[in-house]
Amino acid sequence: MSDTATIFEKGAPGRRAFVCPEVDVPQVDGLLPDRFRRSQPARLPEVSEPEIVRHYVNLSKKNFDLDSGFYPLGSCTMKHNPRLHERVAALPGHARLHPLQSPAHAQGALELMWNLERSLSEIAGLPHVSLQPSAGSHGELAGVLLTKAFHADRGDTRTKVLTPDTAHGTNPATVTMAGYTVVKVGTNPDGGVDLEDLRAKADDDVACLMLTNPNTLGVFDPNIKEIAEIVHAAGATLYYDGANLNAIMGLTRPGDMGFDIVHFNLHKSFTQPHGGGGPGSGPIAVSERMAPFLMNPRIVRSKGTAAEGGGLWRFDLRDTSEKSIGRLRGFQGNYGCFVRSYAYIRSLGAEGLKDASETAVLNANYLLARLKGEGVADKLPLAFGELCMHEFVLSGSPMKRELGIKTLDLAKRLLDHGYHPPTVYFPLLVDEALLVEPTETETKETLDAFADAIAAILKEAADDPEVARTAPHTTPVRRLDEAAAAKRPVIRQPL
Amino acid sequence: MSRYTATTAEDLRAMLEAIGVGSVDELFDRQIPAAVRLGRALELPAGMAEQDVYAHLRELASRNTSAEDEITFLGAGMYDHYVPAIVDMLMGRSEFLTPYTPYQPEVSQGNLQVMFEYQTAISELTALPVSNASVYEGPSAVASAGYLARLANGRSRFVASAGLHPHSLETLRTYARGFGAEVVEVPLADGVTDPAAWAAAIDTDTCAVFVQQPNFYGAVEDVAALSAAAKEAVDDVVVVGSYDPIALGILVPPGECGVDVCVGEGQPLGNRLDFGGPSFGFFAATEAYLRRMPGRIAGETTDVDGKRGFVLTLQTREQHIRREKATSNICTAQALNALAGVVYLTWLGRHGLVELGELLLQRTHYAREALTALDGVEALHPQPVVREFALKLSAPAAKVVARCQEQGVNPGLALEDDVLLVAITEQRSRADIDRLTEVLGAAVAAEREAVHA
Repeated sequence: MSDTATIFEKGAPGRRAFVCPEVDVPQVDGLLPDRFRRSQPARLPEVSEPEIVRHYVNLSKKNFDLDSGFYPLGSCTMKHNPRLHERVAALPGHARLHPLQSPAHAQGALELMWNLERSLSEIAGLPHVSLQPSAGSHGELAGVLLTKAFHADRGDTRTKVLTPDTAHGTNPATVTMAGYTVVKVGTNPDGGVDLEDLRAKADDDVACLMLTNPNTLGVFDPNIKEIAEIVHAAGATLYYDGANLNAIMGLTRPGDMGFDIVHFNLHKSFTQPHGGGGPGSGPIAVSERMAPFLMNPRIVRSKGTAAEGGGLWRFDLRDTSEKSIGRLRGFQGNYGCFVRSYAYIRSLGAEGLKDASETAVLNANYLLARLKGEGVADKLPLAFGELCMHEFVLSGSPMKRELGIKTLDLAKRLLDHGYHPPTVYFPLLVDEALLVEPTETETKETLDAFADAIAAILKEAADDPEVARTAPHTTPVRRLDEAAAAKRPVIRQPL
Repeated sequence: MSRYTATTAEDLRAMLEAIGVGSVDELFDRQIPAAVRLGRALELPAGMAEQDVYAHLRELASRNTSAEDEITFLGAGMYDHYVPAIVDMLMGRSEFLTPYTPYQPEVSQGNLQVMFEYQTAISELTALPVSNASVYEGPSAVASAGYLARLANGRSRFVASAGLHPHSLETLRTYARGFGAEVVEVPLADGVTDPAAWAAAIDTDTCAVFVQQPNFYGAVEDVAALSAAAKEAVDDVVVVGSYDPIALGILVPPGECGVDVCVGEGQPLGNRLDFGGPSFGFFAATEAYLRRMPGRIAGETTDVDGKRGFVLTLQTREQHIRREKATSNICTAQALNALAGVVYLTWLGRHGLVELGELLLQRTHYAREALTALDGVEALHPQPVVREFALKLSAPAAKVVARCQEQGVNPGLALEDDVLLVAITEQRSRADIDRLTEVLGAAVAAEREAVHA
């Protein structure tokens, strides 16, 4: 059997892993009318437990993962995932707590969420927090819907939301989902928002400006105060995409910059493991004027008695405002992620979080400096500025022109060197972009080795570009035909 | 150097020299204007050693009453099913836990094949040809189905059964206010969606209709009849069914009932309760909606050597390519939780899912009979149920729940004033049900006495 057989192509009729508990009650026929009964079982696999384990363990070995190697995927903050967090999240008091358990029997969980809200509030510099959104894009939707409710409450109908051309794709997609039209704002030669363009577009039909700061170029916009003034003067709200929060914890705060709404990515800045594409968690923090519109329910704290759960405070979940936009999902949010991120914040404390951001910026600048060396900088120049925040964007344009290899080829060749490549072809305004985010948890030796690998690939390409063009050579599969997959989609195992 | 970082004094010296700055502060001073710098330390507690953090988190956990601490019959969207040990083991593997979205397919074949297998399993379960690789969770999946329908036929009127989970109805309303759609609710009659009110509510302006199976009160809905009625009123209406995946072991699948988009909460499939998340939402549809699906989809292809492989496909639907024209804004979803889902379904296997459904059906019937035989307790509705049912108590439900919890039994969810929603899983034995009957009977009697006294 080929090693790419799916679990549906394995096993044999009659084989099984599950032993069903016995039917320990009197059997009654006809409980379900025939018209509601499934006639054929779903064709799930018939396999033994050892087969399941071997199948998925072998599949896992075809993944590159952060625990095995360097993963400088820009805008994703692939920092170390402490195993302590997995241990505490698995405690039955957290893991087997039912979401509808009465608050009196969930005081520990509600206190944890309260503490996490307060911590995120302090980090953002904004007074109110909702932990409910399931991921960053869900937090964005929350923020834009809050904006809509805020304007509607003032009898104001606005139709447009501004996003810079450097924005994550989730920003414009969210704007459309929330019933607004996207208007793009340009970028100035330094990589920040083009103020003239912003002034021209910030009219009384604009509901919000969504901004990432530092942005996806790794540039902190020095005009942020002025941007906030322009946006607020137009009567709009200012939204902070928190994907890049890892650059600024304890150093500057979105609330102090003038933002009304911030989303956090607990799976980025606060080490919730990325899980191959989730789970994430996207809490939001908001200013006083946005608070009445926050999602229901909210955690409230009041003085309690020792009899009520053993603490000085009593915590509850309550719908607190009639102006709330309502719910964005079931229950209270991704609590398992809250446990992990709360453990992280308690491990690091104020000093540690600041150190994390400082080291993230130090590591990025050091790697950037190493990539300014001979034979590299002229092929892969920095797209904007001189220094960077926690990530930076190189352009592979000269490399493509002079060596005949594209950013994609460089990325694929990095796989042969045992690295996960940086984010490629984003942000869109940089030709042949390579977005590099090393994070604070990497050693200097790792950064040096990565820089050496880039230099070696460029040198190799100067001699023989074909090696990179046909890379990778050492991975479980080589380059895959994505066009064919999209043209004739096969998205399930035929049975 | 603090937790999880590694910069020694010697490293720092060499790194600053290479960068050409005198200090780390200079990196920030040169990039962030002084006016927005935080000139003080964050007001957060000081960091703690690993063992102290563990002790703190354990102490918080100890102040929760979990499904290990009481005999619980809570359900209403999330259920205390047994999570097999292999799920924990596989979810904990570095190779599944610590990578991100498979942007580089050559080194992500494990994840991509898991997604493909997951899609196959969901497609089989629902009898619908197309499944994505997961969305966030149940209620937002319902709302996302609404957005799909809005984009598909351009209309803006949703008709939703009152049998939907209240969180699904609320989430649908929140999303709908954003993209501009109204939600009309159809009441229940005898515990199921009122067929006459349903037919009357659906007109040619209706964009999509929503029904839950089994509904929030545990009743099995006649989904085939409801979808036929909807399509008779307007043939391109999108019929959305929100399903309990465990019940699909024995219930007619949505693909055979005229459902166009089937969504649902994936938690019962191998995911722990986690006080409400993370879990996953599943999202399956007919072929017609393939290119309007939200989220990631894995597809099969070949590499340059002709070897079988898997990639993220149909990405021109997605936000990172299509931006404001995307079919959804979703990016990070629930890959690890969906892995748990497919491992769980594989572990149950073809016959196990059916056996589990039959067991729940029998035990649920037993519990319903035993409880409704109590004084002051009757069934809220007479409809067939699979794993959950609603009771009408002649006493305040919340107070009855509190009394039962004092006896170590959580009898279920108190709804309204006098309704109790009771859920059964394979972890609740006949003995547990007998204990519930005893405790609930006493609690109802005590509450009735308290009223009379």
